[in-house]
Amino acid sequence: MRGLLYLPGVATLRLDRDLCSGCGACLTVCPHAVFEMESGKALDSARDACMECGACALNCPAGAISVSPGVGCARAIIHGWLTGGEPSCDCGGPSDCC
Amino acid sequence: MKPLILTPKGVAPDAPCRCSSGPPDAGDGCGVLDAAPACAKQAPLSREIPGYQILSCVTGWIETAQSAGRAIPRVATRLGPLDRLGALGVRLGIGRGSYRVAPGLYAVGEPDSESCVLVTANYKLTFDSLRSELAGLDAWILVLDTKGVNVWCAAGKKTFCADELARRVDAVELKKLTPKRELILPQLAAPGVSALEVTRKTGFRVVFGPVLAKDIGRFLENGKKADASMRSVPFGLLDRLLVTPVELVAAWKTSAYAAAACLALGGIGPDVFSFSRMASQGGHALLAYAAGFCAGNFLTPALLPVLPSRSFTLKGAICGAAAALAWIMYYSASQAWSDLGAQALIIVASSSWFALNFTGSSTFTSPSGVEKEMRRAIPALAAALAAALAFWLLPRFLGY
Ligand code: SF4
Ligand code: SF4
Repeated sequence: MRGLLYLPGVATLRLDRDLCSGCGACLTVCPHAVFEMESGKALDSARDACMECGACALNCPAGAISVSPGVGCARAIIHGWLTGGEPSCDCGGPSDCC
Repeated sequence: MKPLILTPKGVAPDAPCRCSSGPPDAGDGCGVLDAAPACAKQAPLSREIPGYQILSCVTGWIETAQSAGRAIPRVATRLGPLDRLGALGVRLGIGRGSYRVAPGLYAVGEPDSESCVLVTANYKLTFDSLRSELAGLDAWILVLDTKGVNVWCAAGKKTFCADELARRVDAVELKKLTPKRELILPQLAAPGVSALEVTRKTGFRVVFGPVLAKDIGRFLENGKKADASMRSVPFGLLDRLLVTPVELVAAWKTSAYAAAACLALGGIGPDVFSFSRMASQGGHALLAYAAGFCAGNFLTPALLPVLPSRSFTLKGAICGAAAALAWIMYYSASQAWSDLGAQALIIVASSSWFALNFTGSSTFTSPSGVEKEMRRAIPALAAALAAALAFWLLPRFLGY
């Protein structure tokens, strides 16, 4: 089941399938099921569902994935604009993750 | 007079005392410390340290051959009234910043060297929701110092990271405790933790568990495999409504400014400042802002999946427009058309603004998307506010 989707065509996610070793780590860590395995390699078939959390790029042993990670939070981005620094958030998020 | 002899454990052997009971019975364990009215001959070592308070959820202490004389607190798997009170508090934004548990090793049940090690954050709400799902299991819980922030946000901020994990594994001497060399991390820690780096630094293998604590039992039964339903982040109606109080707390400052502006602008006119006008004009503007506030903070999150458009500002504007329509129908007889126009614009703009802010609580918005949306929305919102001001103030000065 695909949940709610955000704006299409904006995610900075890039997958280089030539580098992929097919380990499946990205399928495991992605919270939005962006990847699927297709003929032994990962495929970013649901790119528009990507929230740019950075989990896949950080955990890909082959360095096949790049994404510019960050928080998708308006207040954090405004904070970043105003302070000229990194967007940072101090707000909620699901607290019942384990 | 008989001299008072202190044993090495710090207990006078025959002095009558009220001491903490030995291994207390399992259960929710609150009130452990006043359990025993009088001591048995050999009093067990009290775990209290001056200046510190034992967590109400600690039901006892575990010492294993491997723990080398260290006592590891065993925590209850049932939440007590204090836990629930605290949880309610942080939902409402009270004590949010300091709701944490001490990082380190905890136990549930009777874990031994074969039991699994679950890693989590030191936000107490997170810790509580994990342990409350572990009834009947024997496991270790390794709590990292994430500055009292939940797993996902801590991973995003990189406080939940391989370095901290390695430090903590060393500090609690986990290697002595479990020869198995395996850590179970919540999946939402993955944005902060590179599993490979953890293995390189600690020698422990990393298994990413489910997204939600409630699936942890099923995950373990499944042979530590998470199926698709445990891997994705839900954002159902209840989730959406539960995060709204946080948004409200975050919005109080904006709201205070908005209220002051409404009242001040309500009062001015050609005849300098009028308090009666401030009450009626400013009051209505404030009410319009409140209507937009509700449309953006309650209506939009509740209707999120069914509203057309993927942009949060547009979703908010749609809800705001609905509220504005109702407003106009209600006030059409009693207010001037220019005031109605201004109020409608205020409703739509504030609803849209708060909907945009809800991106921070949502679980699927990307920073690129939010930024794109903001670059378009902020000029539009500014224009709407300018138009509202013109509708509202110009007729007064032009003498309509
Ligand atoms: S950045 Fe996050 S959401 Fe996007 S594909 Fe990678 S793991 Fe999935
Ligand atoms: S984590 Fe990297 S190497 Fe492994 S399947 Fe995904 S893209 Fe391929």
